[in-house]
Amino acid sequence: MSDTTVTNEKKEPIMALQGVSKYFGGVHALEEVDFEVYPNEIVALVGDNGAGKSTLIKILAGVHQPNRGKILFRGEPVEIPSPRAAQALGIETVYQELALIETRDVPANFFLGREPTRGTSGIFVDRKKMVEDTVRTLKDLGIVLPSLRTLVRYLSGGQRQALAIGRVMPWGGKVIIMDEPTAALGVREARKVLDLVLQLKEKGCSVVVISHNMRHVFNIADRIVVLRGGKKAGDRMKSETTPDEIVKLIVGAEML
Amino acid sequence: MEPDKPFSPEEDPARFQKEGALTRFARNQLATLALILLAMVVVLSLSTRTFLTATNIFNVLRAFSWIAIASFGQSIVIISGGIDLSAGSNMAFSGIITAMLLVEGVNVPLSIGAGLGITLLIGFANGLMISKTKLPPFIATLGMMSIVRGFCYGMTQGWPVRGLPRSFIALGQTDLSFFIWRVPVPAIIMVCFAVLVYILLDKTKLGYHTYAVGGNEYAASLAGIFTGKVKNIAFTLSGFLAGVGGILMTARLGVAAPTAASGYELDIIAAAVIGGISLTGGEGNVWGALIGAAIMQILRNALVLLGFPAYWQPAAIGAVIIGAVMIDMYRKKSI
Repeated sequence: MSDTTVTNEKKEPIMALQGVSKYFGGVHALEEVDFEVYPNEIVALVGDNGAGKSTLIKILAGVHQPNRGKILFRGEPVEIPSPRAAQALGIETVYQELALIETRDVPANFFLGREPTRGTSGIFVDRKKMVEDTVRTLKDLGIVLPSLRTLVRYLSGGQRQALAIGRVMPWGGKVIIMDEPTAALGVREARKVLDLVLQLKEKGCSVVVISHNMRHVFNIADRIVVLRGGKKAGDRMKSETTPDEIVKLIVGAEML
Repeated sequence: MEPDKPFSPEEDPARFQKEGALTRFARNQLATLALILLAMVVVLSLSTRTFLTATNIFNVLRAFSWIAIASFGQSIVIISGGIDLSAGSNMAFSGIITAMLLVEGVNVPLSIGAGLGITLLIGFANGLMISKTKLPPFIATLGMMSIVRGFCYGMTQGWPVRGLPRSFIALGQTDLSFFIWRVPVPAIIMVCFAVLVYILLDKTKLGYHTYAVGGNEYAASLAGIFTGKVKNIAFTLSGFLAGVGGILMTARLGVAAPTAASGYELDIIAAAVIGGISLTGGEGNVWGALIGAAIMQILRNALVLLGFPAYWQPAAIGAVIIGAVMIDMYRKKSI
């Protein structure tokens, strides 16, 4: 941990983990990790398989609860007991497995779990609003899908990724978390997804993005946080580091 | 899927909502099913003299209405990713509870209310076992099927309950006049429930969540949907609708036998599956179950009218179930 450099000293982080540990049975997925997200920045979270990246973002997203440590949101200590609680705080997540319903069409996935309802009863879904809002957001982002009525099953990998990212847009989330958004995508599709991430930043969001692709990381990130064996191995501004250094931090100096 | 096309932003954005009528039709499993049903009706009308008579049609309607109603409940459960094997036992049990109360002199609405209430509770118990103790639906409802059947035998000592009042039997045996037709009451009740379940599944937030839970439970829970609650409601409704079917069956037969509806759970599930409701969850709708139930009943009727020995019926039905699911799988792959 002596490796850690302090960055962004002047700004208040919008979200922070302090001394967070998470165990699964006897496995220490995360140990005493500090992690900050500053307003309007893209943080890349990198590390080898099993380094604890997914566990960390699932704590931010309310899927896992830490065994020890604190979560701060806008400086206040908070608990995030569920994904819904995370959404209520303004934390939106795009999961690696995308969390789409393959048997449903585009608007149903776009509004999954948050379907707008007609009138005040809260019972009947406002399908017209769903379709209109979906069209508007997808057009805003320049995402083209074959048809709104298409089931997600029939969409390509890139289209699914675009849908999964697009659907977090309308909720005014301040922190957007993405788990390997460019994994398993072709070059063009990956390029498009990276553009979407940059668009999110332009709109004032902070983005935490996990990626294994160093080129993608250095393309879009402002800051890079490295995890190794459940601990933070490094925290660098992009301008002050190189891909070589990051790779060294990921695999551990002793291996080189 | 061409990997290149989807992301060129210069592409015509109007492509958003357009889709060929033919693609939509082929993707629409209901259209396919309706065609099969229509073909069956046409062939039978031409090849037999008796099929297209009002008496025969209404007999068919009457006979499949209670299976269809129970299969609407089954559809909700299957769409939510579960299965309800206790449906047949529930049908028998609601009939027995209602009949026993009627014989004791309790009035008709109260007796029916009690019969429906008890199957609603059984459904709720199924839901609790599945959502709270995480029992697989197959196991939970298999056990419940046997428990409820045991109650059917135990409470009646194995004897059928007879001597039901005329006012109750009328529910299953009366026809109402619509213009020139006389339509059996159970068929009217069936259509009412079909519309209600359609609205529930297709128009309400709960319906959207039911499809989501069945389509991808993990994704649904990540999206903040209370998956346990959704499953609970699905199983409760399945219990209730099986109860409704059971009461109509009892009213039609005029007697509540503890052996009634034995093996019906398979017919009920088959109706849903033939109707394109995927056993993997998240797909299909109530009209499919309705058409599925109709196809099964018309097939039974056809085998009789064509002079096919009744003992061979299960074999024909089994072949149709396998064929229907294979066609559905092929259709999904080919588009």
